Amino acid sequence: MTMRLIRKNIQYILIPFALGLFLALWQMVVVVNRYPMFILPTPGQVVASWIDNWQNGIIPRHLGLTLCEIGLGFGIALAFAVSVGYLLAKSPLLEKIVSPYIIATQAMPIVAIAPLVIIWINTGAVQNALIAALITFFPMLVNTIVGVRSVRPEYRDLMRSYSASAWQVFAKLELPAALPIFFGGVRVGVTLSVIGVVVVELLWADRGLGFLLNFARGQLDTPLMFATVATLSLMAIGLYLSVVILERILIRWRRNVQ
Amino acid sequence: MNNQTLIQIEAVSKQYGPARGGVLALREVSLDIRAGEFLSIIGPSGCGKTTLLKMLGDLLKPSAGYIRVKGKTPADSRRARDCGIVFQTPTLMEWRSIARNIELPLEIVGAPRGERARRALELLDLIRLREFAARYPHELSVGMQQRVAIARALAYQPSILLMDEPFGSLDEMTRERLGQDLLDVWQRARVTIVFVTHSVGEAVRLSDRVAVMSPRPGRIERVIEVDLPRPRPAELRELPRYWELLREVRAALRLNG
Repeated sequence: MTMRLIRKNIQYILIPFALGLFLALWQMVVVVNRYPMFILPTPGQVVASWIDNWQNGIIPRHLGLTLCEIGLGFGIALAFAVSVGYLLAKSPLLEKIVSPYIIATQAMPIVAIAPLVIIWINTGAVQNALIAALITFFPMLVNTIVGVRSVRPEYRDLMRSYSASAWQVFAKLELPAALPIFFGGVRVGVTLSVIGVVVVELLWADRGLGFLLNFARGQLDTPLMFATVATLSLMAIGLYLSVVILERILIRWRRNVQ
Repeated sequence: MNNQTLIQIEAVSKQYGPARGGVLALREVSLDIRAGEFLSIIGPSGCGKTTLLKMLGDLLKPSAGYIRVKGKTPADSRRARDCGIVFQTPTLMEWRSIARNIELPLEIVGAPRGERARRALELLDLIRLREFAARYPHELSVGMQQRVAIARALAYQPSILLMDEPFGSLDEMTRERLGQDLLDVWQRARVTIVFVTHSVGEAVRLSDRVAVMSPRPGRIERVIEVDLPRPRPAELRELPRYWELLREVRAALRLNG
């Protein structure tokens, strides 16, 4: 009885245990090797720096800006992916014409396009969002196309036999049918938008968590670098989880399909 | 065309692809389908029976000849929603509950919510699946799903039911049970059924008439009247006439040696 209870909840014991073990090892490495703080701070020093910089408003300010950029970039990418993806799914001819350009945007390294975008658009946050959108839209676009194309022809015949309008076919058949595949793209897209924004901030920006990371490195403030990376990771996890939760809510009927 | 004829098929041909090098699926098929009858179309696979059925529902256009459904072109008849269609697979929407699946055609027609719900319950009673109203398709067996598809096809009270090998993917026992259920539905809903099948026994057991098609390019080889009494229980098989009819259909299909 107790054994089964332990086995069932073992993850709740092991996960904190693994984390504790990791932190203890980290502390030990620093203490044994007597690393100075700018090489490798202890977990305690990182936490202290995080609390300090949260309270004086530095981390919240940069976090807020980075989140805004991610939201804007992801929003642009989503709108583009859904509308263009739907059109391309409907018209194989259009797809043949347009897809080389779309693939080209993915083949080019983001660092090569970014300076151009910066010349064209001079607003910092919008720049970063656009560059993030550029690398974010692709998986969502592909999954929109695959999702809409996954509708089997009998279902289209069925809707035709009801003389359903184009809008009804979209709302009652294509949208719900494409949703599970589409969300696969959104999961990848949301993580890519974090990477996109942070990379651009690291390279060019004067604000945001990417900039803060760069700034801390310049100051040799290694605890702040760790605190920034931790903030970024938590933010990325939070964004990913919110997508997963949204998916659970929207695709409730799928939960039992196995 | 006498006043009993509901569907008129006149010298209909169907060509897939170009005239040379394409495939002639149907060649000058003519057939009158009577109001209220249960007509089966049987033939070897690839003879164009599904093509013919799809043309009746305006899912495909004939290359030549013409079709009148209740005196209208198939396109007009589709817009008037004269036909309900049942496919080989249930084609239910997995994100909708059983009741909401049955309501789908009514939603598209724009029927009010209360009427939709009432009609769905009525149909669930007809197929004896009322207790599954709130379940989802994946919770039902394929046979049950196909019953739901039949109920859905009846939702806006069409006068014709077009069925494309609806029991083709089911095992023999389920198939027979669903056949009996279908006869029951047919009698109670008073619809005309056009039933495509490749099972000789099924065609004879269910139909008033069996149209036998030849291999590609498909033509109507013979139309056989099934003069067996109704209702038709499983004991039908003990009647000598049943076996005669089976032999006749098989002969028309050239299956007898």
